[in-house]
Amino acid sequence: MENSLDPAPPLLEVRGISKSFGAVRALQEVDFTVRAGEIHALLGENGAGKSTLIKVVTGVFPRDAGVVRLGGEEVAPRSAKAAVQAGIATVYQEVNLLPNLSVAQNLFLDRQPMRFGVVREGEMRRRAKALLTEFGLDIDVAASLGDYSVAIQHVTAIARAVDLSARVLILDEPTASLDRHEVEILFRIMRQLAKRGIGIVFVSHFLDQVYEISDRITVLRNGRLVGEREIASLPRLELIQMMLGRELAETTNARAAAGEHKVREVCARFDNYGKAGYVAPFNLELRHGEVVGLAGLLGSGRTETARLVFGAERADGGQARVEGVPVRLQSPRDGVRHGFGYCPEERKTDGIVAELTVRENIVLALQAKRGLHRPLSRREQDEIARRYVKMLDIRPPDPERPVGLLSGGNQQKVLLARWLATSPRLLVLDEPTRGIDVGAHAEIIRLIRELCDDGLALLVISSELDEIVTYSDRVVVLRDRAHVEELSGEAIDVTNILAAIAADGAAMQEARA
Amino acid sequence: MTALLPRRGLAQILALIVILAVDRLVSPQFFDLRLQDGRLFGSLIDVLNRGTPVALLSLGMVLVIATRGIDLSVGAVMAISGAVAASLADSHGLPVVLAAALGIGILCGLWNGFLVAVLGMQPIVATLILMVAGRGIAQLITEGRIVTFSSPDLVWLGNGAILGVPVPITIAVGMLILTGAIVRGSALGLLIEATGGNARASELAGVGTRAMILAVYVWCSVCAALAGVIAAADIMGADANNAGLWLELDAILAVVIGGTSLFGGRFSLILAVLGALIIQTMNTGILLSGYPPEFNLLVKAVVVLAVLLLQSPKLSGFSGIMARLRGTKP
Repeated sequence: MENSLDPAPPLLEVRGISKSFGAVRALQEVDFTVRAGEIHALLGENGAGKSTLIKVVTGVFPRDAGVVRLGGEEVAPRSAKAAVQAGIATVYQEVNLLPNLSVAQNLFLDRQPMRFGVVREGEMRRRAKALLTEFGLDIDVAASLGDYSVAIQHVTAIARAVDLSARVLILDEPTASLDRHEVEILFRIMRQLAKRGIGIVFVSHFLDQVYEISDRITVLRNGRLVGEREIASLPRLELIQMMLGRELAETTNARAAAGEHKVREVCARFDNYGKAGYVAPFNLELRHGEVVGLAGLLGSGRTETARLVFGAERADGGQARVEGVPVRLQSPRDGVRHGFGYCPEERKTDGIVAELTVRENIVLALQAKRGLHRPLSRREQDEIARRYVKMLDIRPPDPERPVGLLSGGNQQKVLLARWLATSPRLLVLDEPTRGIDVGAHAEIIRLIRELCDDGLALLVISSELDEIVTYSDRVVVLRDRAHVEELSGEAIDVTNILAAIAADGAAMQEARA
Repeated sequence: MTALLPRRGLAQILALIVILAVDRLVSPQFFDLRLQDGRLFGSLIDVLNRGTPVALLSLGMVLVIATRGIDLSVGAVMAISGAVAASLADSHGLPVVLAAALGIGILCGLWNGFLVAVLGMQPIVATLILMVAGRGIAQLITEGRIVTFSSPDLVWLGNGAILGVPVPITIAVGMLILTGAIVRGSALGLLIEATGGNARASELAGVGTRAMILAVYVWCSVCAALAGVIAAADIMGADANNAGLWLELDAILAVVIGGTSLFGGRFSLILAVLGALIIQTMNTGILLSGYPPEFNLLVKAVVVLAVLLLQSPKLSGFSGIMARLRGTKP
């Protein structure tokens, strides 16, 4: 696809990059080109090598082979800082700024305006204000960065990167934790920066967003380059095929029409359950073989409901029943004892134990449930780990690898395996597909359906309304920390959910269509 | 036993061998052993015997550190249990003396564990309280004097021998095996490592992280109480001011030399004990060399630095060198 008549020389030219970790070849002879003023999406499944490519280009990992040229000149940064000085800046999904410092301090960290060895706070704030205004942000720059939303933290990180004279700006999953409105702001800023001639690399799992914002895409698969295309001339199905390398089954509504009218046994039931200032009292019935979706905007009380149901948070009123028997859910241990499982939204901080192996992470909940005096023998552990690594296709299929080294999608699978190993009756999944690529995404959704067919009760939170509609038997809609509507059967569709979320009219445009 | 002695132990074993070799240079009779009155004597036995208190402390300390905690009070707990044992030794039998001393240890551990696990205090501050107060308590028990005793049973505990092996060494080995059996024979080891690695995630996975933390502080204090009894038995008296003084730092050092991170998570009992032996081998070597004991501190610092450099991920240190020798990438 190289256009020899293209007059503009590429801004960032990556040629023949290879990188291995031990025996694992993470990147093999990968080429990657970013032109000045373009927004270039870098796509691929989990483990395709996107993160590794970024880290090699920015000098976080040393490379085994290949060259990187910036504006025609060869560069070989040996650290992220050197890369920034060379003009390649990266903003990661988890913003790596200091939440306890002010916005201004974060913007000018390491290069504060000084006079006589003293930081000129006023000057710094003035310049910070001016800088953020360029990005359409009018906030108090003296306040702690941590007090602001993730979106503002992202914009601050980008502003800092651009101000450090970035010529190439790499955004790794920048929209993963933003709502629709915040994504708009980010996209506006990206377009602005592209117009200035900055080359932007956009890593995302949201194909809608890729089509909306990108000029060109590069697809990686299993550490190799699949191809580089103009987005305008690339049908979506073809893109997905490039990413997955296989024919994709047509997306259908997975809800089994036959089972809809079957009366299913109640697994757990919550009456007037709630906690003041957390979630308003709600009634919720979870049945075996049924998926209940929780829909609502960020902060509407979805995660809070999940935590109450699991026992991670104590209710101050109402009654919980498991299989008809009243129970008290005071702690996660209680939840686990009653056969509940909970995959939290924040995989890294609340889910995995990064240092421990895949095997140890998988057996953790089962072992906790069995108690200290009934340890799983090493052979049992190996057997369980092997079974789930195979069943969920966890990659790389090495149970002894520290789980922190796995990609996000595989970490999510490890967490699912952890709970499946306990043979739960109810599984609570909070954003199970967030930050996961399309392939694993489809797999997780298929898994949800399969688990449900096996008689498990599921409570699933997702911001992706299409997704919720696909697998839910019933959908509970939340607004302002209260359950406002329950949809079932024919009534479950995106329009109805949106209507329920936006019942007061104002939130309509906020919701993700 | 592979779980107790991971491959990463190479650095520690090499360090111990080097120090032993240096000791041999300084003192040609270093490896000589002789049997006298049914008890083995020699520098090596001396290292093991003198190393017992720190080795016992490190057994408990390594578990506490694995949960991302620290216990500064072990030296003070030694003083308390020593004082209790010495006060009771001449009026009660050995079982009562031991039960009282270890019982006090359990109480101390419950106190520390309560502050950390239930009240959520930072371990370094929580255990500082008992570190300071503990010596006061010990002095109250001894009424400010050095309490001496002559109970042959208790003296035997510090100076006797079983099949030629001094009793303290036997106790330390027994405690190592017992702790190993408890920790690796049950699920405790995994759950402690999970708690230290990510307490929030472990809690959500249903691990009783509070009970776990409480248990390791209790065990740490029990180990310290035992070390206190042995230290008192050794000198046939309890000195509330000096028993176990600064040994908490040696214990922490032993754990760190043994490769367990102060950030919690993975731990190794055997390597922690090996760390204690490395420290004691250095101490003994310097004494034998005739250099003033002040050198001890300097040499200790140098060896600690060396071991930590070998373990440093930044230098990719020892494993990096080994990997290069084997011709593979780390």
